[in-house]
Amino acid sequence: MNDAWLAVLTGFLLGFLMQKARVLRFDRQVGALLFRDMSVFKFMLSAILIGGTGLQMLADAHVIRLAYEPLNAGGVLIGGLLFGTGWAVAGYSPGTEWGALAEGRWSAFCVTAGLLAGAMLYAESYPIFKVTVLSWKDFGPLSLPKLLKGTSPWMCLAWLWGGGMVAFVWCEFKHV
Amino acid sequence: MTHRKKGGGWNPYLAGALAGLAVIGAAYIGAKVKSRPLTFNVVSAYVQTAAVLERTVLPAHAVRNAYFKREAVGTAGAFALVAGLFLGALAGSVSGRDFQWEGVPPLWYKRFGPNLLKRCGCGFLGGAAAMFGACLAGGEPIQYGLNGAVQLSVSGMVALVCFFSGGALAGKYLAGKGNRYE
Repeated sequence: MNDAWLAVLTGFLLGFLMQKARVLRFDRQVGALLFRDMSVFKFMLSAILIGGTGLQMLADAHVIRLAYEPLNAGGVLIGGLLFGTGWAVAGYSPGTEWGALAEGRWSAFCVTAGLLAGAMLYAESYPIFKVTVLSWKDFGPLSLPKLLKGTSPWMCLAWLWGGGMVAFVWCEFKHV
Repeated sequence: MTHRKKGGGWNPYLAGALAGLAVIGAAYIGAKVKSRPLTFNVVSAYVQTAAVLERTVLPAHAVRNAYFKREAVGTAGAFALVAGLFLGALAGSVSGRDFQWEGVPPLWYKRFGPNLLKRCGCGFLGGAAAMFGACLAGGEPIQYGLNGAVQLSVSGMVALVCFFSGGALAGKYLAGKGNRYE
């Protein structure tokens, strides 16, 4: 199985599950940002908790080698906040808008056009960002256990599970 | 706990947990078959499509673009992932008789009315801002969640917090005084 087929298969499963959980819709996406319907948050955090535990087991068994994304402080902070702003207005993220189209939410095509325009705009302004925002501070690939000075990954996962459970109880308590 | 959520659809905890299992399966197969993990890089698919469009209109200009060159690696997987997401969601919506043509989403309708042009214009601007931010941040929620946070990567967790914080602030502003989305 090559890269593309594995990606299609995984994408298919994720798309199917997101659709079944109804988290692809504008109302659910924006609902999460307004703290009035946390389905997207519940879906994402459940996937991270289960996936994180499984990947750690695979890493401990030397089946996989974990590879961390680098932390570029300026890019992640400013880009992340800007992304969130656009997400709240568009109602879809780049990963979910094709799923929304597959559900018949055809106005998401305007979001597709916007996403492509945003990519072009960024590509044109990349030389400026490369020497400004992106050059502020790059921590490189950084894991939570390394940041916490050698804390076991399992202890980090336990904290993550604990925090996740508290968040889930809050959501259920608030009926969101 | 039932597997269906009130108001239709699967329980998001259950569906999320199954998505987590899919991520584990993809990592296992990736390691066993290809000796390298699958990356959930959706942004690359958009960047490369933008590059193709720009090359069609302004070929001499696009070919010199440093960002398009940098993002050209591993794009087959990115396109395949987006195609898979679309097909999976289509299978889900058709099998659940959930497919429905919709222009203005109900929540948007409540707050801003039925004007389709306004919805499409805001969708375009929001999409442009989101992709600009995603390129700057180096990813979007699926990538930073299912690639980053899932591996206990600090960048993944910080990015997810920034995505939700920016979205919550903008959402609150759009909702207006007294939350007019209600």
